[in-house]
Amino acid sequence: MRRALSVMLSCAALASTACASGTAQTAGEPSPSGRRAMSYERPQYATTYERRAYPPVVIRNATILTAAGEEISSGSIYFRDGRIVAVGRSVDAPADAVAVDGTGKFVTPGIIDTHSHLGVYAAPGTTAESDGNEFPVKPNTSYVWAEHSFWPQDPQIPLAIAGGITTIQVLPGSANLFGGRSVTLKLVPGRSVQEMKFPGAPYGLKMACGENPKRVYGPRGGPASRMGNMAGYRAAFIDAEEYLQKWEKWESDQSGDPPERDLGKETLAGVLTGEIGINNHCYRADEMMQMIDLGREFGFTIRSFHHAVEAYKIADKLAEAGTAASVWADWWGFKEEAMDGIKENAALLTQAGARAILHSDSGSGIQRLYQEAAKAMFAGQRAGIAVTTNDAIRWITANPAWVLGIDDATGTLEAGKMADVVVWSGDPFSVYTKAEQVYNDGWLVYDRNDPERQPRMDFELGQVEHD
Amino acid sequence: MLGSERAANGAKVRVVRSTLAGLMAAALALPAVVSAQTIAITGGRVFPVSGPSLENATVLIEDGEIVAVGTDVSIPAGASLIHAAGKWVTPGLISGFTQLGLVEISAVSGTNEASMAESDISAAFNVLEGINPASQLIPVTRVDGITTVLSAPSGGLIAGQAVLIDLHGESVEEMLIASPAAMVAALDEGAKDSGGGSRAGSAGRLRKLLDDALDYEARRDAYRRGETQELAAPAADLEALLRVLEAEIPLLVAASRRSDIEAALRVATDYGLQLILRGAEEGWQVADRLAELGVPVIIDPLANIPSYDAPSPRLDNAAALSGAGVPVIIMAAGFQYSHNARNVRQGAGHAVSYGMGWDAALRAVTLEPATAFGIADRYGSLEPGKVANVVVWSGDPFEFSTAVEAVFIRGEQIPLTSRQRELLERYKTLPPAY
Repeated sequence: MRRALSVMLSCAALASTACASGTAQTAGEPSPSGRRAMSYERPQYATTYERRAYPPVVIRNATILTAAGEEISSGSIYFRDGRIVAVGRSVDAPADAVAVDGTGKFVTPGIIDTHSHLGVYAAPGTTAESDGNEFPVKPNTSYVWAEHSFWPQDPQIPLAIAGGITTIQVLPGSANLFGGRSVTLKLVPGRSVQEMKFPGAPYGLKMACGENPKRVYGPRGGPASRMGNMAGYRAAFIDAEEYLQKWEKWESDQSGDPPERDLGKETLAGVLTGEIGINNHCYRADEMMQMIDLGREFGFTIRSFHHAVEAYKIADKLAEAGTAASVWADWWGFKEEAMDGIKENAALLTQAGARAILHSDSGSGIQRLYQEAAKAMFAGQRAGIAVTTNDAIRWITANPAWVLGIDDATGTLEAGKMADVVVWSGDPFSVYTKAEQVYNDGWLVYDRNDPERQPRMDFELGQVEHD
Repeated sequence: MLGSERAANGAKVRVVRSTLAGLMAAALALPAVVSAQTIAITGGRVFPVSGPSLENATVLIEDGEIVAVGTDVSIPAGASLIHAAGKWVTPGLISGFTQLGLVEISAVSGTNEASMAESDISAAFNVLEGINPASQLIPVTRVDGITTVLSAPSGGLIAGQAVLIDLHGESVEEMLIASPAAMVAALDEGAKDSGGGSRAGSAGRLRKLLDDALDYEARRDAYRRGETQELAAPAADLEALLRVLEAEIPLLVAASRRSDIEAALRVATDYGLQLILRGAEEGWQVADRLAELGVPVIIDPLANIPSYDAPSPRLDNAAALSGAGVPVIIMAAGFQYSHNARNVRQGAGHAVSYGMGWDAALRAVTLEPATAFGIADRYGSLEPGKVANVVVWSGDPFEFSTAVEAVFIRGEQIPLTSRQRELLERYKTLPPAY
């Protein structure tokens, strides 16, 4: 199964371009062992993402927040063919580069949201677009994939782009202990989700703690308690271990029929082999500690807690565990496990050496993640916590990139990285600032001053417009 | 005040009644709690809202009231001095639509008092006695510079009566500014069930209620004798609606799409009501008409996600409405409009970034709500004779970087503490000291 899984994960989970371009086996071809290829060996909903052509760009005389430790005033950045070539006080750029005057403007990496339901809870928000939760089917729906719900015509997509978002992780909802597989997308217009899938990004698994699964399944046969939740996770991972062992055995001896394929266990086995990261909706500090222990039992490290309103209470433990916390700046009180939310959460996490992220979980909040970072940063500073603008920018760029396993590709402004770049009208931590230009992979996907570069979804056609 | 004194005399039952009657009719009563202190906030950049800003100015507070605002105010001996050089001084902000005091934990029904589920016509339902002055939300909100809120019921076609409270006091009597401050109703998608599944049904039922209230008023005696046809609501609800029909209190109607806004305007015009709109995401399409009729709108400047209830919302809605001359009131964003009632600051700043004038945005969280709810003679600006709700800021109140330096409610300086700040202090160093 190790090999089987790695085939699955390199072609499907990792969505590599090699699979997309057809180098993987196709249906009906014999495998190297002479047998017919199995379903899991074929391309699994592979990315068809292609970078849009755009001329090289040089932005000069801007304040550049690289998210890699530098704040360069009067700096420049040059990118071409989707790659950042140079960032610095001055850069060399060829004459054919489009020159953008950055005077008075700020430049940051494209913003990344670890927690979005765009496309799966799409606007206009009727039950017809409600595709984010297998609810209330059963507590373990690890077999579903969020991408199979994703509607690329969600009119919230261009709104998020206008807020400087270049990458999102789309997650299933939190009704279930195991919600299903997430998908990481480049936030560009596309006719299918496959056109948006971030090349090479690993999959994530959505899990949920606490009140939601209890509330939904309590009256439906359980789990009805937090201990029931824990028992549910453990039972599922015990099954997944057994599944993984069967496949590994069959892969090594190829004797007899292959084990029966199980989509849910396949995903959990991916967690056990380290190829799928866990994104865990979890509010309370004590519960997060239980989940860290669950990871110890089954040999994985949770990639990020989400919402994590009490993360600051165990910031040191999260730092030690190497688990990130994706939090809101100021949401609180909508349920009991959310009562202890404080604005300084991200700052306290950063102070303790843990990895903090500002996430949205909202089609509205995703448009202003930079404002959420501002709230959290200034609240921290007012409380005497030494958080910097670099820390705050990392909360919405480099740190979420790490959670999604794409930090080698994006999340900072450094030579060689994907040219995911936002030009802001001013300091992104001011309430008066807006994204003016958004480059995704070097393509100008949004320009506030050019109506031709403001993508619109089909839904918006025919609606009343401003004169 | 009434309750404790009279209760001491032993007339408890009767007293509760007269307290209630007193409270319900308490609009524009003098604040029950005032500070006897004299306070001079000196040297600040003062935004009176009623007039242009003043540099290096003084706000003088005596006995809970503002007595002088200006650059040449003489400070009485013995006044407590608040040095505000380099600071900005504004009226306490008003969050124009909340359920503060009525909702503690949204998902815990035992802590929610904002809805009368019994009926979708709850005109007689006044939220006042549901308000919990010990709510954790109150300190969380006021340490961000919000000193006054509308606290409103929700649900159904007519949700009930909203009240205005200051965010300070140990009892509702102490907090109360005006009750009722508005009758809360809905003509948006959420009210369709009250219309038998049709918007036309909702509007028709609202008209029938108003007709029956008038009919009831004309024939109260016949009603008591049971000699009238069955009316659309119990007498108590119709009595409450008469106050709306007399334009004594505004009808505050949730309406999002243009056609719903226009339905509300027709009802208000036909019955001579004082109308306030809430939501009004497509208000920009009828801004001139709203301005002509002088209808205030309570909006969330961040609302821009299309729905069938409002397919064309825009981030420049506030700017368009304000620019046309519509009185704009800002409420906090989204589902967190109570817990984050403090975020009217962000909403106001965001409205400015999308074209609303800065002064208009400040009015939208001070003088406009005070005017719309009929308390502008006591609230909403820094002028002599007004209640001393004053905030000292380190800078622009709409900026995230700005700190709240001091908050005065009815002339009393409020400690800048909240449960959230206590959590911060407890967990700032780990492990915490319990």
